[in-house]
Amino acid sequence: MSFSKKLCGMAGAAALSLFTALPAWAQDAAAAAPVPNKGDTAWMMVSTILVLAMILPGLALFYGGLVRTKNMLSVMTQIGAVACLAMLVWVTYGYSLAFGPDASEGLKPFVASLGKMFLAGITPDSTAATFTDGVVIPEYVFVSFQMTFAAITVALVLGSVVERIKFSAVMIFALVWLTIVYFPIAHMVWAAGGLFFEMGALDFAGGTVVHINAGVSALVACIILGKRMGFPKEPMAPHSLTLTAVGTGLLWVGWFGFNAGSALEANGSAALAMINTFVATASAALAWMVAERVAGHKASALGFCSGVIAGLVAVTPAAGNSGPFGAIVLGAVASVICFFAVTVLKPKLGYDDSLDAFGIHGIGGMIGAIGTGIVYSPSLGGPGGADYAIGSQLVTQILATVTTIVWASIGTTIAIFIAKAVTGLRVSPEVEQEGLDLGEHGERAYNY
Amino acid sequence: MKLVMAIIKPFKLDEVREALSSLGIAGMTVSEVKGFGRQKGQTEIYRGAEYSTNMVPKIKIEVVCDDDLAPRVVEATQSAANSGAIGDGKIFVLDVGQAVRIRTGETGETAL
Repeated sequence: MSFSKKLCGMAGAAALSLFTALPAWAQDAAAAAPVPNKGDTAWMMVSTILVLAMILPGLALFYGGLVRTKNMLSVMTQIGAVACLAMLVWVTYGYSLAFGPDASEGLKPFVASLGKMFLAGITPDSTAATFTDGVVIPEYVFVSFQMTFAAITVALVLGSVVERIKFSAVMIFALVWLTIVYFPIAHMVWAAGGLFFEMGALDFAGGTVVHINAGVSALVACIILGKRMGFPKEPMAPHSLTLTAVGTGLLWVGWFGFNAGSALEANGSAALAMINTFVATASAALAWMVAERVAGHKASALGFCSGVIAGLVAVTPAAGNSGPFGAIVLGAVASVICFFAVTVLKPKLGYDDSLDAFGIHGIGGMIGAIGTGIVYSPSLGGPGGADYAIGSQLVTQILATVTTIVWASIGTTIAIFIAKAVTGLRVSPEVEQEGLDLGEHGERAYNY
Repeated sequence: MKLVMAIIKPFKLDEVREALSSLGIAGMTVSEVKGFGRQKGQTEIYRGAEYSTNMVPKIKIEVVCDDDLAPRVVEATQSAANSGAIGDGKIFVLDVGQAVRIRTGETGETAL
C-alpha cells in the first residue's frame, strides 16, 4: 500500500516535471519568433483610425464644401461608398495582390500572388515585419492600416470628376482602378521585391502610391469625362468654405496617423515624421497666402486650406526622410508651385479638374517625391548616411515618379472606359442642372 | 393712401424702423432683396477663379400710410437711411387703391 503510494507519488512527480518543462520549450520557440510590442500595436491601431478620420468625415467635408449646394450629398456619398468598397476589396484580394506571397519571377516587381486571398492563413497570432529587425506588429493591424490607404486614395481621385459623374460609374471605376492601378503600385513601392522598393526609391508614407497616383488618375479621368456644364463661364463658387475648413483640420490631424503611422512603430522615426507633418504644413499654409498676395489677391481662407493640403501632400514621402528645416522648405516650395498649377496652369490648359485633385495632389506629390531625394541628404539635416549621393537618388526618385505617372494614366483610361461602357459615365444634362443630390440620391443636403 | 417702398442698405434697417415708429407707423413689411444700380458688386476669387457678383444685397421696406403722412415717412426714411455713399438706395411712392384688414374686414385708412 505504502509502496504503491510512493510509486504513484514518483510517477506523479515525474509527470509534473514533464509538464513544467513544456512551457519552457514553448518559450524557446517564442524567442525565435518575435512578439508584437504592445506600444507599437496600440500606436498603429490609433494611426489606422486616424487615417479613417481623414476620409470620413475629413475628405468628405473638404471636398463637399467645395462643390455647389446641389451636389454636397453626392460628394459625401461617393467618398463614403468608394471607401467602403475599397475596404471590402482590400480584404478579398487587394491585400494579397499588394503584400501577398511572391508571384512568379516576371510578375514579382509589379504585383504579388493571390496566396493571401480572403486573408488566407492570417490569424490573430500572425505578424507583419516593420523597418526594425525583430520588431513586428500584428498582421491584422498592418492589413487594416494599409486598407485605409487604399480607401483614401481612390476617394481622392473623385475630386476631379464631382458634380457630373454617375454614382454607378464611380463604383465601377473604383473597383477596376483599385485592381489595376492601386494594388500594383502599392506593391511596387512598399512590398519587398516590388519595382520601386528594389530601386531604392524613398517614399515614406506614399507620395507616389497615394498622391501622384491619385492626382494623375484624377487628371486623366476628368479629361475623358469632360467639363461640367457651364465651366468655366458660370460661377461655381464653393458652397461652404466653413465645412471645407473643418475638413482641412480633420485631414491635418488624421495625417499624423498617415505619416507618423507609416513608421509602423512608435519610435524616433515616427517622431521625425510627426514634427515634419507639423512644420511642412505650417510653412505651406503661409506660403500659399503669401503667393496670393504676390499675385495681387487677398490672403484667403481657401488659400489657407489649399496650402495646408499641399504641404501635407509634399511632406508625405519626406515625412521620415527629412529634417524639420528641409521639410519647411519642401512645404513652401510645393505650396507655391501648386498655387501656380491651380491658378495659372489649369485655366491655361482648360481642363475641369473641379476640386484640383491633380493641381494639389498630383503636382504636390511630384514635388514631394523628387524633393525627398534632396532633403534626405544629411548636409540638409536629413537622416541619410554620410555617403548619401543626391544625384543618383534623384534619378531613382524621378524614375519612380515617371513610372507611376505612366501606369496611373494607362490604368485610369482603362478603368474609365469600362465604367463608361457599363454605366454611361455621365449624368444627363437635366440631372446635372438640377444637382446630383436630387438626381442621383433623391435627397437635398439642406432643407431650410 | 400711399405705399412708400424703400430699398436701403441692410445695416440701416433698424434706424429706419425707429424713425418710422416715432412717426406713428404701426407696421411695415421687410424683405431681403438683391439688385444693382450705380454701386458696383464684389469680386470673389476661389483658387484663381474670379467671379464678379453684380447683385448687391439690399433690404426692401414697404409701408402704407395715409396721404398726409406720406411726405414725412419719405423724409424720415431718407434721412435715416442716408450714409452719404453710393448704394444708399431709393424710395418710391405709389398710390394705393384699397386696404383691408383681414381679421375684421375693415377697409380704407382704418385698416392701416
